[in-house]
Amino acid sequence: MAIEFKPLPSLPPPVNSVGAVAWIRQNLLSSPLNIFLTLFSFYVLYLLIPPVVEWGILTATFDGASKAACTGGGACWAFIGVYFDQFMYGLYPSEETWRINLALILLVILIGTFAVKTVNKLYLSIGIIVVYPVIAYFLFAGGVFGLEVVETSLWGGLFLTTLLGVVGIVASFPLGVLLALGRRSNMPIAKSVCIVFIETIRAVPLITILFMASVMIPLFLPEGMNFNKLLRVLIGITLFSAAYMAEVIRGGLQAIPKGQYEAADAMGLTYWQSMVLVILPQALKLVIPGIVNTFIGLFKDTTLVYIVGMFDLLGRIQAATHDASWLGTTIEGYAFAGFIYWAACFGMSRYSMRIERKLETGHKRN
Amino acid sequence: MTDMNMARAQLAPGEKSIIEFNDVNKWYGDFHVLKNINFSIKKGERIVVCGPSGSGKSTMTRCINRLEEHQKGEIIVDGIEMNNNLKNIEAIRKDVGMVFQHFNLFPHLTILENLTLAPIWVRKMPKKQAEEMAMHYLERVKIANQALKYPGQLSGGQQQRVAIARGLCMQPRIMLFDEPTSALDPEMIKEVLDVMVQLAEEGMTMVCVTHEMGFAKTVADRVVFMDAGEIVEANEPHEFFDNPQHDRTQMFLSQILNH
Repeated sequence: MAIEFKPLPSLPPPVNSVGAVAWIRQNLLSSPLNIFLTLFSFYVLYLLIPPVVEWGILTATFDGASKAACTGGGACWAFIGVYFDQFMYGLYPSEETWRINLALILLVILIGTFAVKTVNKLYLSIGIIVVYPVIAYFLFAGGVFGLEVVETSLWGGLFLTTLLGVVGIVASFPLGVLLALGRRSNMPIAKSVCIVFIETIRAVPLITILFMASVMIPLFLPEGMNFNKLLRVLIGITLFSAAYMAEVIRGGLQAIPKGQYEAADAMGLTYWQSMVLVILPQALKLVIPGIVNTFIGLFKDTTLVYIVGMFDLLGRIQAATHDASWLGTTIEGYAFAGFIYWAACFGMSRYSMRIERKLETGHKRN
Repeated sequence: MTDMNMARAQLAPGEKSIIEFNDVNKWYGDFHVLKNINFSIKKGERIVVCGPSGSGKSTMTRCINRLEEHQKGEIIVDGIEMNNNLKNIEAIRKDVGMVFQHFNLFPHLTILENLTLAPIWVRKMPKKQAEEMAMHYLERVKIANQALKYPGQLSGGQQQRVAIARGLCMQPRIMLFDEPTSALDPEMIKEVLDVMVQLAEEGMTMVCVTHEMGFAKTVADRVVFMDAGEIVEANEPHEFFDNPQHDRTQMFLSQILNH
């Protein structure tokens, strides 16, 4: 008679391998080198943190009308307070800035609606991608429903930075997907067009493209025909970023096993069906880190628009530090700019990690 | 190939064939991978294709739904000639289900979504109806309780059964199997073969590339042996195994049966 096989019961792990003490022992004090590195890091923090706190908070001045009011010896945050509106909205008329705020609130509400389960996600996406930009454009530019016209040359500050970043991201993404698919396509003409476009744009600095967009194009256009500089710059940024995006996405497409393409083909899916339903969802998920990398790069690259005379957040801050009554506030200005950019980019990065976790379907076992 | 085997490879006059290879040749670059393939398969026939690796057996099978293109000769599937006409290819692919060695399930979709994808998008079936059908086939491969999981959460044998169910969801007239058990752990081969035997008993036209000789003996109507891009021998299983005509076939059989 055969012996019955009974697996041993699973036991809990030993006590000293879990909990805070174990964590510290494993991660901070596991070897002499690690002990040294831990102590050294604490020493560096001890050197850095107190002076920064003293300068930025304890001896800082938060109120005042000019640099003369800042007598504490620390940071002069009053400068940021006085110029805050300009940093946010540029030269947008202050009695009209509610239009920008309204557009922002509207966007937040629309995106927040995604969390509501009963809403049709397709219609909502169409609303955000197609309808919202039209509303936002008329809110910003005015000229309808009795809204005062605000020239785009007055747009600036964080508002302009966000506008360039968001439009650039939203427009370059689908363009990048198309370019990546085109570069891998079997159709020789589409393929060559995509390769030439990507390689040309990638080989040129963004400054050159912005310069071309703002200075050269008007020279070539016939007399009297001109279109908005902001629009030209937006197109330039979008094309630039799309070329990078295309290569990131192509990397993802190449990582998808041939079997996935074959399975989709064998089912009788058309090219576009297999791309949209099978290949792209997997490829894009793989390259989320690269895509976000490009987004963050694009967001920070928008500061280069100062070269064509547009004043985004950084441009506004730089201009303000030249104000005669606020001389010597450069560090505060850059610290503020640095914080805003860091917060925006860190936010994007965390959001992308959340999406990655959400899309995880267990085929990658870890 | 002897005259007798040639006669078996071709059908007797009057029999209607569902797949027909006429003088099919294919090259990968300079490499001549399929040489003068002449072969007919009639409706409801179960064909097992075997042979050493690199003999062209997978390539031949994949020509049936144009995952591979042939350069010379003609292939007629279900009355439609296989050529560069996309309409023809789409029409044939609708009627031919395929199961791969590495399953090729879509990892970003649940089992149920894997099964309903083609019915919804290719056959334009309403979602609810497609799901009902998918559940029906999942029951048949005994895996309905996993419908909402993702492929990565299933074992190899379970994934391959899902892949078979996915092929069946297209309600195909022909099923192709390209080494369906070669990537499986030994313990899981049987569960997949059981499903295939059941399918064979229901009269599905099947072309199966496999080294499972037990399966060939039980269900095949004909066994095809290929080497170096040619069909060396094709015969009914008992003739094929007990009385192989060609010395190459004898050598192959002695190698895979006596180990």
